[in-house]
Amino acid sequence: MSLFNARSAWTIYKRELFRAFRTALQSIIAPVLTTTLYFVVFGAAIGGQMQGGMGGVNYGAFIVPGLLLLTLLGESTSNASFGIYMPRFTGAIYELLSAPVGVAETLVGFVGAAATKSLILATIILVTASFFVDYSIAHPVYAFGYILLVSASFSLFGFILGIWADSFEKLSVVPMLILMPLTFLGGTFYSIQVLPEPWRSVAMANPVVYLVNGLRWTFYGSSDVSIGLSLGLTLLFLAICVALISWIFRTGWRLRA
Amino acid sequence: MQSILEISGLTKTYAGGFTALRGVDLSIRKGEIFALLGPNGAGKTTLIGAVCGLVRPTSGTIHAFGEDMATHWRSLRARIGLVPQELATDMFEPVLRSVGHSRGLFGLPPDPAKIEEILRALSLWDKRNDQIRMLSGGMKRRVLIAKALAHDPELLFLDEPTAGVDVELRRDMWRQIALLRERGTTVILTTHYIEEAEEMADRVGVINKGEILMVDEKQAMMERLGRTEALITLTQPLGDVPDSLSAFPVSLDKDGTVLCYRGGGGDGDSAGTSEVAELTKALTRAGIDYSAIDIHESSLEDIFVDLLDGGAA
Ligand SMILES: Nc1ncnc2c1ncn2[C@@H]1O[C@H](COP(=O)(O)OP(=O)(O)OP(=O)(O)O)[C@@H](O)[C@H]1O
Ligand SMILES: [Mg+2]
Repeated sequence: MSLFNARSAWTIYKRELFRAFRTALQSIIAPVLTTTLYFVVFGAAIGGQMQGGMGGVNYGAFIVPGLLLLTLLGESTSNASFGIYMPRFTGAIYELLSAPVGVAETLVGFVGAAATKSLILATIILVTASFFVDYSIAHPVYAFGYILLVSASFSLFGFILGIWADSFEKLSVVPMLILMPLTFLGGTFYSIQVLPEPWRSVAMANPVVYLVNGLRWTFYGSSDVSIGLSLGLTLLFLAICVALISWIFRTGWRLRA
Repeated sequence: MQSILEISGLTKTYAGGFTALRGVDLSIRKGEIFALLGPNGAGKTTLIGAVCGLVRPTSGTIHAFGEDMATHWRSLRARIGLVPQELATDMFEPVLRSVGHSRGLFGLPPDPAKIEEILRALSLWDKRNDQIRMLSGGMKRRVLIAKALAHDPELLFLDEPTAGVDVELRRDMWRQIALLRERGTTVILTTHYIEEAEEMADRVGVINKGEILMVDEKQAMMERLGRTEALITLTQPLGDVPDSLSAFPVSLDKDGTVLCYRGGGGDGDSAGTSEVAELTKALTRAGIDYSAIDIHESSLEDIFVDLLDGGAA
């Protein structure tokens, strides 16, 4: 038998998307609402006071990539983590474990579905944002590629989280207490160039800085760090996640008793 | 006879240090219905889990269809079906879609006619568009069976298929399982109901505390271990079994008011009953009066209980 069963992968993918559409209201309305709120508060209220903009870009437009990333990281992580945690929690995972399905099909299915949801979300956010600010995307192809890369990476990360977590609390702790602060401190709403030393150097240790700036470069052609570095680090993160997941499947860690 | 599943030296020690399986050897024949009988915590679910990929064996080997599960798991799992003990599946999925997904997960192309046939056979067709959570417990269990059958397994594991199923439905389920065997599916089921093993199984394996105590043809097991049991109610209690009766396998019970006979070859064997006739004559000769005789053949249940008692001793 072949090493990859496309039908199995497709089934997992389809099933995950069905599950997402069941909670479509929550998974679409919520990000649209938060994005709107951010634009009202940061874009209109605060941004209106900032005459020079930031990094040579109008402030409202400047925060679009940051906001997009904020949502992408959170949603990719939580979608993928719930996707695998729920069947583990209910016991429904027995079917996956007893099926002729390996790590490749599982990843393509679960992570593909989570990434798809993230892409849909990204589109919704970009459309929502266009109602508040005028922005343009300098490198649309790169932007699409980068959004896809980030979605896939953090869906993988969420998948690992969902396998690691043995309680609902742990499931929400990582996005809330690690991802969220890192994102806020990672230059989502500001250029880290405006930070005084030593904070600017400290900020450079925050991996999200490279993600935000990578995406910002695809929008505006300039950013605080080089696109090559951003891209390289994101790919490295993706590779680490894939390696971890292969190990999980090989050893059966937290999946098989 | 051709063996479809060959388990040898299978041991499972869980992460906490508990050993649930202790060197299990088991060989399942192609086409049979095999009942794994054992009390709670005996290791039945663990054994099934080890074959189906839910549990990682600590040591030992499992061969299915003549190939090693550890290396050929991908092609072998495609031919094995599992109905778990717990009712666990996405409860918000409609029945039809859920069963269709099961088939897809096993890598097979959609086959609506096949799914319809399965659902009709399990009396679920009318419920096909209902979310699984809206079904009764017995129907949910049948949905899990339908899901396990969706990829046409040659070897099917049913972990307590009739738990929480009413009597009528249980008989219905038995018929379903018998039908599966007619079509060539090998079935391994676990059960607490001796009645169930007695009714359907070709062979029975008794498991307790992670060890297989015995495996045999149901019929042979009953013949070998079966007993004629006679309870003779005495009008006067006896202190001891009189010497005149010591040749018989008898004992006193209920403060000497009941004389218990256990002997004979059991099922289909008249040795036991004719010996009881001899016993009553001996009683009369000894001048011991009795008011009632209750005589019966021991069932698989008695055998089971005896085995477990023996295992515990
Ligand atoms: N994941 C686990 N971790 C630790 N111990 C476990 C685990 N699963 C089962 N056990 C233990 O292994 C033993 C055998 O359990 P198993 O579920 O195989 O029994 P069973 O024969 O199926 O029982 P039942 O008839 O109640 O279903 C039990 O003592 C149980 O507590
Ligand atoms: Mg069990």
